[in-house]
Amino acid sequence: MRRIIRNVRVMDPSDGFDAIADLAIVAGKIAIRGAVAEDFQADEILDGAGLVACPGLIESSLQAHTPGHGRDGDLASELQAAVAGGVTQVVLRPDTQPVADTPAVLQEQQLLAEKLALARVQVSAALTTGLRGQALSEMTALMDAGARVFSQAKQPVHSAALLRLALSYAADLGLPVMLHPEDPELAAHGVMNESGLSLRLGLPGRTAVAEQVGIQRDIAIAALSGCPLFFPHLSTGGAVAAVKAARKRGEAVRCGVSIHHLLLSEQDVGFFNVHAKLLPPLRSLAERNALRRAVADGDVTAISSDHSPWGVDRESMTFIQAPFGISGVEWLLPLTLRLVDDGLLGLMAALRLLSTGPAQALGLPLPSLQVGSVADLCLFDPEAVFTLNPASGASRGRNLPYAQWDLRGRVRYTLVEGRVVFRA
Amino acid sequence: MSLSTFRFGDGNPQYDAQGRLRHLLNTEGLREPEMLQILDTAESFLSIAQRSVKKTPTLRGKTIVNLFFENSTRTRSTFELAAKRLSADVLNIAVSTSSTSKGESLIDTVDNLMAMQVDGFVIRHPEAGAAHLIARHLGDSALVINAGDGQHAHPTQALLDVFTIRRLAGPIEDRVVAIVGDVLHSRVARSQIHALSILGCPEIRVIGPQTLVPKELSALGVHVYHDLQAGLRGVDVICALRLQKERMESHRLPSLDEFHRRFGLTPERLQWAQPDALVLHPGPMNRGVEIASEVADGHQAVILQQVAHGLAVRMAVLTLLAGAAGGGENHA
Repeated sequence: MRRIIRNVRVMDPSDGFDAIADLAIVAGKIAIRGAVAEDFQADEILDGAGLVACPGLIESSLQAHTPGHGRDGDLASELQAAVAGGVTQVVLRPDTQPVADTPAVLQEQQLLAEKLALARVQVSAALTTGLRGQALSEMTALMDAGARVFSQAKQPVHSAALLRLALSYAADLGLPVMLHPEDPELAAHGVMNESGLSLRLGLPGRTAVAEQVGIQRDIAIAALSGCPLFFPHLSTGGAVAAVKAARKRGEAVRCGVSIHHLLLSEQDVGFFNVHAKLLPPLRSLAERNALRRAVADGDVTAISSDHSPWGVDRESMTFIQAPFGISGVEWLLPLTLRLVDDGLLGLMAALRLLSTGPAQALGLPLPSLQVGSVADLCLFDPEAVFTLNPASGASRGRNLPYAQWDLRGRVRYTLVEGRVVFRA
Repeated sequence: MSLSTFRFGDGNPQYDAQGRLRHLLNTEGLREPEMLQILDTAESFLSIAQRSVKKTPTLRGKTIVNLFFENSTRTRSTFELAAKRLSADVLNIAVSTSSTSKGESLIDTVDNLMAMQVDGFVIRHPEAGAAHLIARHLGDSALVINAGDGQHAHPTQALLDVFTIRRLAGPIEDRVVAIVGDVLHSRVARSQIHALSILGCPEIRVIGPQTLVPKELSALGVHVYHDLQAGLRGVDVICALRLQKERMESHRLPSLDEFHRRFGLTPERLQWAQPDALVLHPGPMNRGVEIASEVADGHQAVILQQVAHGLAVRMAVLTLLAGAAGGGENHA
């Protein structure tokens, strides 16, 4: 299959290329980036006028509930949502049912992903069996079964001693480890940020200090073995500062922030809005602004949607019972463009945080539109404004607090290895 | 380009789209005239209670469901009596809390009752926000009164407390009120704070150990004290709170005796407040823990009047909400 995209604004964070150009894709790879001759033979020519072409986005944390019971979505529905959002590569969260701590689970996920042929799927394996933090998982077997990263999903490892052993063992294998840094006893059973607001609502609070204590511990322990760490979802300026300080010391630590923590705050909980229930919780406006500054200053490597769909039967739960999470992968790009509109970032920097950034953090090959690169790309119309209707999404999850928001930026085509996996 | 940012969390479901009060979920956000209307209506019901025929036909033909997911004697029975004195039919349903987590969802329970054509719900639930969830679900189709949701709100208790203060201690806008005890876990305290603020109380104090009275409470516009003597100085009204025994298990207190030693209300300590300061307690009391028997049974305590006032206030709330739902003849 040969494809040409004509007159598109190519924005490639891998080398900073930003110009109106043509792209030719041959055998799943970028063959030409520049001017493509008129007589170049192609099976399809896409008109890129008014569109931006960038490397496909990478979602570093996607809960697909596969394996799982299917009520809250499955790999098919959630990968469909991903490609509709211009995402060409996802890392599956290991907190599935059962947990991704055996080769069989990883194989099932990969076989299914191959059959679906939508976004590229990287499987993560649980760092500890059952994510319980009591015993090391069979990391070599899991790596051989395809794991590209070890993860604790949203579970902190309670025992510092066990974390030390797990990170030392993982360091031998050279794969990065994703951690949820939080002191579990300080965090207790909090369901929202601990503050005057949680006191007002009578909801158990989760103190920001729990994250700061947790991340100091995790960073110090990782430094003992040099295990590369990635904290995909920090919620406090203090935690990002801890990562920055560790990087200054030369430690292999990176962090990401969910787009929700950059757009929303605890105020969005309002009167028990379950769609604003996140882990880590949405914090104060001051923390949100500290995170925004950190993103603008380049202290954050990746932005994620922390995609966590849940089905409509969870809508009738009280705030305390409702599960954590927002279903957002499909809207990751337009939500992130809000940061551009707010003057926080240039468009190129925003695209970097969604593509090359997560790849760096996860140790994946850097996505690129340079000649010879795998043709994973996203074409979007940066001027298309639409009003978000959660029911229009491909995801099974309708749980997002952005209903009726006006967003800018619509994905028109998503290509994975040169194949069009989504068009609108 | 300016793009809209619609924040769902802003909506207070106790008002309908026209801004009319349709449910009573909390005292927070109530407008002062609405609160005064409830209190004034309660005054008239108080006098009805003195008559030999205590019933009025206000809610004839209406059905009110007392849906209680938590034990209650006082609140449930006063709501039942309030509805019956207004000539409503009353359905009492006590649901064991364990069944909600595995069986029927809260919304399904409510929908099943709605299929029986009921007109209103009085709901108590162990989780904050439960009444909001139901009110949001029902919208205008039935009224919802929050009779206590977790640690969040207990608006009718707060209303009967300000009613009591107004009747027995005089105008709230020049009374200093102290709330003593486990504010952190108290839905009563939260609703009291909002009610008092709305009625213009010039100074609201909360008093207790930091483990039960965190400094962040000042976000609610109250003065935080961790010393009883300092906190009671010059106070006109003291609202004691019930101390739950579970607080010992969660290590928020060393012991009940230790709490009494620091914060128990005794006749000697009452002297730190204004002479004849009023003492309120929402019940049930732990005698010898948050309140000494000499105080509970003393002339400054108005705990039994609170119960009588509770009946009148609940009749007023039912009347006003049912009147608003029935076309607004009582809403003016």
